[in-house]
Amino acid sequence: MEFKTERTDGVTVLFVREDRLDANNSEELKTELRRIFDNGTKDLIIDLKEILFIDSSGLGVLVSGYKNASILHGSLKLSNLQSQVKSMFELTRLHRVFDIFTTVDDALQSYK
Amino acid sequence: MKNDIDVDITIPSHTRFLRMIGNIGEKVAKEIDCPEKIREALPGQLAVVLTEGLVNAIKHAKCTDPNKEIHVRINYSHKDLVVRIYDNGIGFDLDAVPDPCFSSDSLEDKGRGIFILRTLMDSVKYTRSDGENVLEMKKCLG
Repeated sequence: MEFKTERTDGVTVLFVREDRLDANNSEELKTELRRIFDNGTKDLIIDLKEILFIDSSGLGVLVSGYKNASILHGSLKLSNLQSQVKSMFELTRLHRVFDIFTTVDDALQSYK
Repeated sequence: MKNDIDVDITIPSHTRFLRMIGNIGEKVAKEIDCPEKIREALPGQLAVVLTEGLVNAIKHAKCTDPNKEIHVRINYSHKDLVVRIYDNGIGFDLDAVPDPCFSSDSLEDKGRGIFILRTLMDSVKYTRSDGENVLEMKKCLG
């Protein structure tokens, strides 16, 4: 799984460069999130623009990251959810848990 | 014109086949003759159902030996869509799987797969017969 990270005004943005987040690769995202939090990040935006398909394993890893951010008194926000991904968040009611933004810029703006 | 569809697939018990099975599900759903409103969402839903069902067979039914095979059957007939996923794992108790907690105070990482299947399909059953487990999911598309 490919990632790109950027740091802007103390907020880390993680771009997931895959078209699927499922049981076959979600552990790789979990490992990357652990590395990011271990490196001192508290506030994280995960950009899901390229993810066209997510399953319950992918959702579970995002929930795990959300909980880790909360333990660190930080936050995990999401941006750029595509239609199938948005549907899965609504189906599992996780859209009520996560702060979800249309763009990375909107998510960054929420920290100001 | 007859519109019945019957697709039989046998794949190794490994998550790297999730993309393939999801893609097959999407293609099958696009061929199903059903009302416009259902047709639009069905390809994505069937891809999710097949993915969750397969993961369930591989992980939760403890069928993790990649030398084992999982048999998937997708049938559409008389407005009924039936998906059956057969595995040779040790199985699990479907009724013992609770719905996930929706409160942000007590979120669990896991446990959403069966909930998703129950939400997208009209019925979900998991039975054992002739030495194999069958996850059977039905949805009326009429």
